[in-house]
Amino acid sequence: MNADIIVVGGGVVGTALAYGFARQGLSVLVLDGEDGDMRAARANFGLVWVQGKGAKAPAYHDLTRQSANLWPTFLQELEGCVETRIDYARPGGLFYCLSDHEYEARDALNKRMHNQAEYADTRMVDRRELERMMPAVTFGSEVVGASYCLADGHANPLQLLAALQQAITALGSKLLFRSTVGSIRPEKTGFTVHATSGSFRAPKVVVAAGLATPLLTEPLGFTIPLRSERGQLLVTERLAPILPYPASGLRQTADGTVMIGATKEEATDRGVTVASATKLALRATRIIPALSAARLVRQWSGFRVMPPDGSPIYAQSERYPGLFAAACHSGVTLAAAHAAIVAPAMIAGRLSRDLAAFSNGRFDVQKCA
Amino acid sequence: MSYDVAIIGAGPAGMSAAVRLRALGAAVIVIDEQPAPGGQIFRGIERNAASPVFPALGEDYAKGCALVAAFRASGAEYLPSTQVWQIEDGWNLFLTTERKARHITARAVLLANGAQERPVPFPGWTLPNVMTVGAAQILLKSGGMLPEGRIWIAGAGPLPLLYATQLLNLGGRIAGYLDTATTPKLSALARLPGAWREFGNLAKGLRWLRDVRRSGMMIKGFSDLRAEGEERLEHLTWEAAGKRHRVEADVLLVHEGVVPRIHETLALRCEHIWNEEQGYLAPKLDRWGQTSRKDLFVAGDAGGIGGWMAATVSGEIAALGIAGQLGIAANPDDLRQAAHLDQRRARALALRPFLDALYPPPRTRLADDVIACRCEEVTAGAIRSAARNSPADPSAVKAATRCGMGPCQGRQCGYTVQALLAEVHGLPIGDVSFFHIRPPLKPITLGEIASLEHAEGAA
Amino acid sequence: MFKSVLERPGVPPDMMVLVNGVETPAWDGETVASVLLRVPDAGRRSPISGTLRLPYCQMGVCFECLAIVDGIASTQGCLVPVQPGMRIESQRGPREISR
Repeated sequence: MNADIIVVGGGVVGTALAYGFARQGLSVLVLDGEDGDMRAARANFGLVWVQGKGAKAPAYHDLTRQSANLWPTFLQELEGCVETRIDYARPGGLFYCLSDHEYEARDALNKRMHNQAEYADTRMVDRRELERMMPAVTFGSEVVGASYCLADGHANPLQLLAALQQAITALGSKLLFRSTVGSIRPEKTGFTVHATSGSFRAPKVVVAAGLATPLLTEPLGFTIPLRSERGQLLVTERLAPILPYPASGLRQTADGTVMIGATKEEATDRGVTVASATKLALRATRIIPALSAARLVRQWSGFRVMPPDGSPIYAQSERYPGLFAAACHSGVTLAAAHAAIVAPAMIAGRLSRDLAAFSNGRFDVQKCA
Repeated sequence: MSYDVAIIGAGPAGMSAAVRLRALGAAVIVIDEQPAPGGQIFRGIERNAASPVFPALGEDYAKGCALVAAFRASGAEYLPSTQVWQIEDGWNLFLTTERKARHITARAVLLANGAQERPVPFPGWTLPNVMTVGAAQILLKSGGMLPEGRIWIAGAGPLPLLYATQLLNLGGRIAGYLDTATTPKLSALARLPGAWREFGNLAKGLRWLRDVRRSGMMIKGFSDLRAEGEERLEHLTWEAAGKRHRVEADVLLVHEGVVPRIHETLALRCEHIWNEEQGYLAPKLDRWGQTSRKDLFVAGDAGGIGGWMAATVSGEIAALGIAGQLGIAANPDDLRQAAHLDQRRARALALRPFLDALYPPPRTRLADDVIACRCEEVTAGAIRSAARNSPADPSAVKAATRCGMGPCQGRQCGYTVQALLAEVHGLPIGDVSFFHIRPPLKPITLGEIASLEHAEGAA
Repeated sequence: MFKSVLERPGVPPDMMVLVNGVETPAWDGETVASVLLRVPDAGRRSPISGTLRLPYCQMGVCFECLAIVDGIASTQGCLVPVQPGMRIESQRGPREISR
């Protein structure tokens, strides 16, 4: 055996799980793909976000909330074993509303979610209160208000990924780049994972390969349904601090750059378009007109990993116990939960008990019928 | 607006292509960052014709007058002071002139955006009053600016010698010349026979050298050049003959050759070829200058360094190639022969193999504390450390360090990151890729982009 | 550190521009980046370390000449020819965007 557990995928989901395994004392081998692979982890917007998440899925909302609450401890422990520092802040987050209609719809969503569970940390703030919260900003005339959630925050997703990758090595486990996995073969005991860099054996395998996950699991009758959704993002030059609160689609990083995102598109190519940049820039400058003077430095696109119902999938193969899959959108928000909740549950065989709502069985039409 | 051909760059290649295409009846637009035609080589030539600077700039500079005049008379639409910030398939070009964004379409695009000086980091290269020789020459061509005080030049290649000559012609002084060129290797001399045909040019180079030797200090065979000072350049130090030398300096001009501007072709995902001898990437071109992408052409130094005469010819060749492909000219091959374009290009390039062998890019090891990325102030050490934790992939280093994420978008640090990755992973430099170049090609404001919402055809 | 050969005693400059509020002579054909080199402490300050920087390449590829020109920040000074009465201000640190 090459390791106690092999994780296929060196993105933010795979490395957070691997980090969780390694912290439990397991020897982990992470196999990462090619340089040019789709990498949601590198296209990420960087919110550690609670409000609005899992509006129709209470279990997802609860997990998101737990993860957001675990983030400070997760960060402290992670930074304790690597040199990389991760910009992180949790001042609460905003969702801007540009019309009475948007404001009312958001208010209704918050109320519906409050009814699911008693959380008192999200409320609507009107324009006057927004102006008090952000005295350095003059809002566009259409800004009616925002919903404000104290549980929201943001982090630098690139630093997070780098830190997780380094932590795996620091904890005595191994990460191999340019090791695209072609197939996973169940053996009498454990599995053989065939990668471009060689074949590796372990008693357990977790596939966290983003949109490529189904390619590896489907041949083993392990169905992980996913859909890809393209998002385009913009980032400006560094600006003096102007936005004290991250917002859905608009945040200022610790470096001073302002990120604007993200479109939702069906496209499958990796291109970016001026038409999308125009839409994003327009929305941002309608919220804060002064941003029209800020210079755009970069535009890129990424692909969201979307399960059909939007909630994460954490599953173990029924036919081949020991074979797991993890796939979700929001890998940054959920990173703390992946390391502290999902990874231990996978090892302890408690996945179906503790995280039953996230099993792939929920998509099984016959069972549901 | 819609055109047959959009030409980006109004230097020798862009201008000569425009003249040819107009003569064939094509609808042409020429877009250029600079306020006047000429490119860097003939920068300010129209205005300078009456200036006392003009004679000092030399014979070659004067040769640009006719080309600029022909371009002005060609009837090509000309957009100076304009940046092309994105090119989409089709072709759709997005431009900004005086803070106003607009969108045009063209059936073919010719990139004639020239070269930039090779960025070569060394300790102190971000200090004020350290700049490139090309920069100093541009200052001379625009407003007749001469450096004052103790002027030092460090570098190799024909440009420092040419600039030094121009400076001396205008009564300037040079305190010293730090020659980084290595002794000509046999491989360079082996190429001399071809170069002899251009003996006139070679003799001129030797004359420059003699003039420079006469004017001040000529230092060879040194290492570890450092520019030092508190808030600006105060002195230079270097190692030679086992000893550290130190001189006072007010201005340091550096130059290690030029490399093609490739941001546009990289962003458009054209195939590129690594030039090992000169250490740069250039788009792969067919015999007409067409890239791996149909109807996207490159001419001049942007397709590989050849100098202005070769650029002029390659502009004409690309013009004919485009005209043939668009059905504007039925017989581009005949026109190519009739104008002796291949012979003219061969002549213009005769000295190039010799120069390329004589002036290889410097490949000295960068100390860990040297800034590699000027914008984000990322040191070579930080890049090495990121490289050790990643595959030999510039995107991984960029993500981990912010190197290349500043306003210059990797134009100053791209090759350095490539070289450091190669060093850490023990690979040939050419095996490591360049940054993935993302739009916009130039940082435009969110307001300019947002304004396209109601622009014609921006959907 | 730079001086125009056109500058001679008794010959008035082609125009005056304002650099950080100070009237400064300028010459036809020169750019904002060229003016920055002639006025002490007119450079930008890096938004990261705050160190002083002056124009480096003059051909639009280094972005060391970023300045506030007639109120427009992060303008590449080397691409903008001077105009009579032009207001040039140094950009110091991360740029502020006006309210």
